[in-house]
Amino acid sequence: MQDIIAILRDYGLLLAIGQFPEGPIGGLALTLILALSGLLLSFPLSVLIGVGRISPNPAVARLAAAFVSVVRALPLLMLIFWAYFIVPLIIGQTVSGLTTVIVALVVYETAYLAEVVRAAILALPKGQVEASRSLGLSYVQTMKDIILPQALFNAIPSILNQFISLVKNTSVAYIISVDELTYAAYQVNAQLLTKPVEVYVILAATYFIICFSLNRLVKLVERRIHTSRQAPIAAEAAA
Amino acid sequence: MTLDFAAILTPQYTQWMLSGAMTSLALFASAWVLAFLTASLLVAIGSAPFRPAQFTVATFVEYHRNIPMLVQIFVWYFAMPQLLPDAWTTWINAHNSEFIFALIALFLNSAAYMSEDMRSGLRSLPREQMEAGRALGLSYLQTMRDVLLPQAIRAALPPLINQSLALFKATSLAMAIGVAEMTYASRQVENETYRTFETFAIASAFYVTLSFAIMALGAWVDRRNQKAAGH
Repeated sequence: MQDIIAILRDYGLLLAIGQFPEGPIGGLALTLILALSGLLLSFPLSVLIGVGRISPNPAVARLAAAFVSVVRALPLLMLIFWAYFIVPLIIGQTVSGLTTVIVALVVYETAYLAEVVRAAILALPKGQVEASRSLGLSYVQTMKDIILPQALFNAIPSILNQFISLVKNTSVAYIISVDELTYAAYQVNAQLLTKPVEVYVILAATYFIICFSLNRLVKLVERRIHTSRQAPIAAEAAA
Repeated sequence: MTLDFAAILTPQYTQWMLSGAMTSLALFASAWVLAFLTASLLVAIGSAPFRPAQFTVATFVEYHRNIPMLVQIFVWYFAMPQLLPDAWTTWINAHNSEFIFALIALFLNSAAYMSEDMRSGLRSLPREQMEAGRALGLSYLQTMRDVLLPQAIRAALPPLINQSLALFKATSLAMAIGVAEMTYASRQVENETYRTFETFAIASAFYVTLSFAIMALGAWVDRRNQKAAGH
């Protein structure tokens, strides 16, 4: 226990924010930045792919399904290697490990989030699309104004769950030496040499605290959404 | 960019890739079996009417669900050897320690997820089954093993197959501690040949083929369940 406190005292700041502000930001802060940017960037893409999955146009639906299946079939690590190779080819210059990891995380996350979006749309009663179309709204209007606002609201718990899995997945950035939390802890362990138990207890505990609290938050949000979605129906039934 | 698969299909590199594929498969198969057995055990322990047992299983599950797989591998590889008895560590080091620690981390993690899937499957069964089993003179464990678990596993099959896919993909993380599985082998070949596209294409084909097989199995089970529900 004393050793853990000593390590936290000597290396706590390094694990929390890396070399910042003297150098690049790292550690836990970078882990959270990676996860957040991964979620924000993959969200619009996943809505497109998720809607594409159930598009009435079979070519679009098949293309979207193929994207989701192939990405889900590959380990994240393989996607990181591909991004390392393909991104420089596309933009014509070498890119940092950080960019590589963000690209890979976004592609990976888009496939999983798209399935969340698709499931949320399919969970809505079919009558909604039919009602909206018969009122004269176009397919795009129906999606944008009727279906997606409800589906995405209902999907908030699943989206938060995806965020938790993103936080955990950022640890894979370690493989290409991006200085997030896992890599930072590995570095600290390499410097100390004799305290692997303490270092990895700190590392595991940090992830645990973050993911466990997020999980609790998801449960809370889930209950809230459930009651708020039930309320209008109950009011209707009462009236 | 011209493709040249011949450059990486020399006997040496083919050998590396094949042995990588075999290691991935061995890791997956052995971790799956151990995970499945452990998960069944966890479900049995966790559903016993004994608070400390439930708490222990819940803690095990929460630990594995809230920490990245890679970190769990590191905990086993870097930290556990300090805590295990010396004789064990010596034995493991003499028997491909990287593979063994990766296997332990992978199967324990998968067991946690699988046990949750099975537990939900179990919860979908009527309570009377346990009572009926006990009334017929079976012990708690016998009722669990012969009556409840087989049904629970059938109900939990779709999420179990999803978890199997996750486990298969997670075997790639073993490269982080130097297990020469497929991802490791492909990076090694890539380092030697600079044939990035060809090497990663072959490795990806390996993962996609097996993942698709697992997904197809999942789709088949889903269809069968839907048909069974329809009747």
